[in-house]
Amino acid sequence: MTRIAVVVFPGSNCEYDALTGVESLGADAELVWHSTKDLSGFDGVILPGGFAHGDYLRPGALARFSPVMDAVARFAEDGGAVLGICNGFQVLTEAGLLPGALQKNAGLKFLCQPTTLTVTSTDSILTANATLGQELVIPINHFSGAYVCDDETLARLEGSGQIILRYVENPNGSRGNIAGLANERGNVVGLMPHPERAMSTLLGSADGRVLLESFVAPRVRA
Amino acid sequence: MNRPPQSLHRALGLSDDEFAQIEAVLGREPNDLELALYGVMWSEHCSYKSSRLHLRRLPTTGEHVLVGPGENAGVIDAGDGIAVAIRIESHNHPSAIEPYQGAATGVGGILRDVFTMGARPLAVMDPLFFGELSDARQRWLVEGVVSGISGYGNSVGVPTIGGELTFDECYSGNPLVNVLCVGALPTERLVLGIASGVGNLAVLLGSRTGRDGIGGVSVLASAGFSGEEGALDDAKRPSVQVGDPYEEKRLIEACLELLDRGYVLGIQDLGGAGLVCATSETAARGGVGMDVDVTAVPQREPGMVPYEIMTSESQERMLAIITPENLEAVREVCERWEVRATVVGHVVEPLIDDDGNEVGMLRIRDGFDGEVLAEVPARSLADEAPLYDRTRERPSSLDAVLDDDPSNEPVGSTNEDLLSLLVDPGWVYRQYDSQLFLNTVVGPGRDAALLRLAGPGLPVSTRGIALSTDSNPRWCALDPRLGTALTIYESVANLACVGATAKAVVNCLNFGNPEHPSVMWQLSEAIDGMADACSALGLPVIGGNVSLYNESGGVDIDPTPVVGLLGVLDHLVAPPPGWNWRAGDALVLVGVRRAVGERSFPLGGSRWATRRGRRGGRLSEIEVSTLRATIDFVVGEVAGICAGMASDVTAVHDVSGGGIAAALAEMVAVTSVGAQVAELDDFAELFSEFPGRFIVATGDLDAFATRAAAAGVPMVSLGTCGGERLVIGSTVDLSVDDIAATRRGALEAALSALS
Repeated sequence: MTRIAVVVFPGSNCEYDALTGVESLGADAELVWHSTKDLSGFDGVILPGGFAHGDYLRPGALARFSPVMDAVARFAEDGGAVLGICNGFQVLTEAGLLPGALQKNAGLKFLCQPTTLTVTSTDSILTANATLGQELVIPINHFSGAYVCDDETLARLEGSGQIILRYVENPNGSRGNIAGLANERGNVVGLMPHPERAMSTLLGSADGRVLLESFVAPRVRA
Repeated sequence: MNRPPQSLHRALGLSDDEFAQIEAVLGREPNDLELALYGVMWSEHCSYKSSRLHLRRLPTTGEHVLVGPGENAGVIDAGDGIAVAIRIESHNHPSAIEPYQGAATGVGGILRDVFTMGARPLAVMDPLFFGELSDARQRWLVEGVVSGISGYGNSVGVPTIGGELTFDECYSGNPLVNVLCVGALPTERLVLGIASGVGNLAVLLGSRTGRDGIGGVSVLASAGFSGEEGALDDAKRPSVQVGDPYEEKRLIEACLELLDRGYVLGIQDLGGAGLVCATSETAARGGVGMDVDVTAVPQREPGMVPYEIMTSESQERMLAIITPENLEAVREVCERWEVRATVVGHVVEPLIDDDGNEVGMLRIRDGFDGEVLAEVPARSLADEAPLYDRTRERPSSLDAVLDDDPSNEPVGSTNEDLLSLLVDPGWVYRQYDSQLFLNTVVGPGRDAALLRLAGPGLPVSTRGIALSTDSNPRWCALDPRLGTALTIYESVANLACVGATAKAVVNCLNFGNPEHPSVMWQLSEAIDGMADACSALGLPVIGGNVSLYNESGGVDIDPTPVVGLLGVLDHLVAPPPGWNWRAGDALVLVGVRRAVGERSFPLGGSRWATRRGRRGGRLSEIEVSTLRATIDFVVGEVAGICAGMASDVTAVHDVSGGGIAAALAEMVAVTSVGAQVAELDDFAELFSEFPGRFIVATGDLDAFATRAAAAGVPMVSLGTCGGERLVIGSTVDLSVDDIAATRRGALEAALSALS
């Protein structure tokens, strides 16, 4: 059974939702405190949504210094699957595990709403089970979700298939309509939308399942 | 101590009579610190001294009620071993002065009330009332209040799942910001705010204490606004507290863990009146005394004097009663969550008075063994504030208002009227996280919110809970008694749309200055109306809040009793039908078609009439037996769908503000499919507002009609869904696109006007 660690920072708030999401797909998941320095024995790590360390200074800026982040970096280096959702994506960019940054939404308002995404690459641990061009309805829930990067980075991301999800209608001013991206190896991914909130038609959409199914699928490390 | 006491007690908001009463309680003259303690605890906000007498008339009991009014939150048994806690409060005056922090700390305070009971807060709702948006100050208030709720609620990690948004002239000088919170807990974990066990410790958890919010309950919440810009009101800004959602988030997690581990005997939040309130209330409930070391309280700034420390309303603080043996374990949990934990009090034996009665004393000391700075009976602060039966008088001017019925208003352009009534509150609720915890089946902007009853640490259940907040100040201004009763019926109908049976009511009674006899009359009438309706439906009122002195420049707001209804759904595996009908469906109106009284289709108090500047007229009664049957029928229809049964019903919407015309237009806007409706009997029926009617779309009219007839529920066929227009006889003819675009853009257009 796939073992997933869901990291809890003080101020995280989507940890139970992420846990429930992957557990519903048969994974064995557990919450790990941000002071953890060892992630051995896990097959995947989720940095969940929320406001780690109160998002003081700026989202993710303090969380990157939590002890667990060195372990996350080593885990990624070893080819482990790392998924940052929303605040977790912000933490991954602050920690330098993903390129670019996330800044305030273009409308300068928090936005909680469904968005339609297109799968633009299946070369990642999150989109491996999806099909190219597939449309997914998954909600966003953030104030700072506008992805930014320099021209060179954008060209590189475009060229190497690292942009895995794009908004059909850009809600927040993200560069290139980017909703989610992966590192070059495809084992570290970050996205602003919340796939764990789209696991059941009772709650409006089950389109997040294909993404989390990819994430928890047993795999040989890259 | 050189000031004459007379001037000090008045400055603290105490009357001469109240001062004399304090002297009688103590058998001596109070010192300045003691007087300050009474000043906050006997304030209107803390003591309910003008309303308590009347609140006793509300029904408060029921088999499923675990905790009724008077505790931090009401609690019901929702089944499957899960208890649900609910509470509503106002943060009106702080929000009028400093909208962001006022609204934010309102959210923080209500969350603490709920997790104090051992419940994890699961959702928040915010009924908001402002003046008209043509005024720039109102737009500033709306932006600030909504950002405050969003900024605090989203980061603290509790979804905001609904509320209300009302604009009316009467709130220009005194907006209303109410907030409701619901939480859930395993039934056996219920905790109360009681201090017990001599030798036990009172531990202050959370933030350090600062000079923010001193006198919030007395200076701010228990007096009106002058209405003069920049005058006294601006000087009240330091009485507004400042919130920190990150501190609160850690405090919630730490407290829930302490409760889970069984370390806590009693717990109480520090809200209005701060430490004096928490210590005196826990001691009074437990019948014990408490020694408080004022120097032990961690302070944000140097030089704070005892009365500031005791009455500060600094946010994100809790008081836990624990045994000394558990102190180390409590400190460990708190350290992990980076939450400060400091022993500030000792539970002590009560004194025995001359008549042999036990009297728990609250003693404020300079060090636990140091000088006693204040010594007063805890109960005298918490429970023995004066009780006033203030003069009530029905205003004689009301007769002329009632006689000015809007039924003689010229019809005019019905299409334009209908469009002007459509407002999609999406601009507000998109700023709120409405989905956290994966429970939100129906979120903001519908008849009622519907949640799965699930959360970390709760027993597994397929039940759902539904919530609706409702108010109708237009109705209540004309007839506070009937208006309040109709508001309860309206709220029960909202719950029915998502298949839930109403189980409990909480109320937030927002009224003007209780020293005005007309306001006291409104308050008393509204309470009677609530009692009438709740008794008729067998609904207990399990908690509430009274907010008085909502006035500006001597003018009171319209009476605004806000009700929050909690409903339960036994089996929730599929979403309720919602507002999305399909082309070809038949449209029916279910329920009482005509109101009882002089007018079958009353327009008095309707949104249509108010838009026309007509604020007079009479409300009509409704037949409660038919309403009950209708609601039971709708609940049954929708609950079946939620339980996963096949049904011909495709859409359900309650007829409320804006009448049948607005209800149809709202469904058209959401569904993007038009409808053809036959001519109604009477023009007034288009916009008439009274509860107990539902628009239902069905794919099998005959089957639906048969079921309605079997249930003895009246029903009339309205027309058919389909096409690109909404046509109602010869009165309304609008395109689906016009309706949708107008509704979607109305609020943003009003907010951006001129700003």
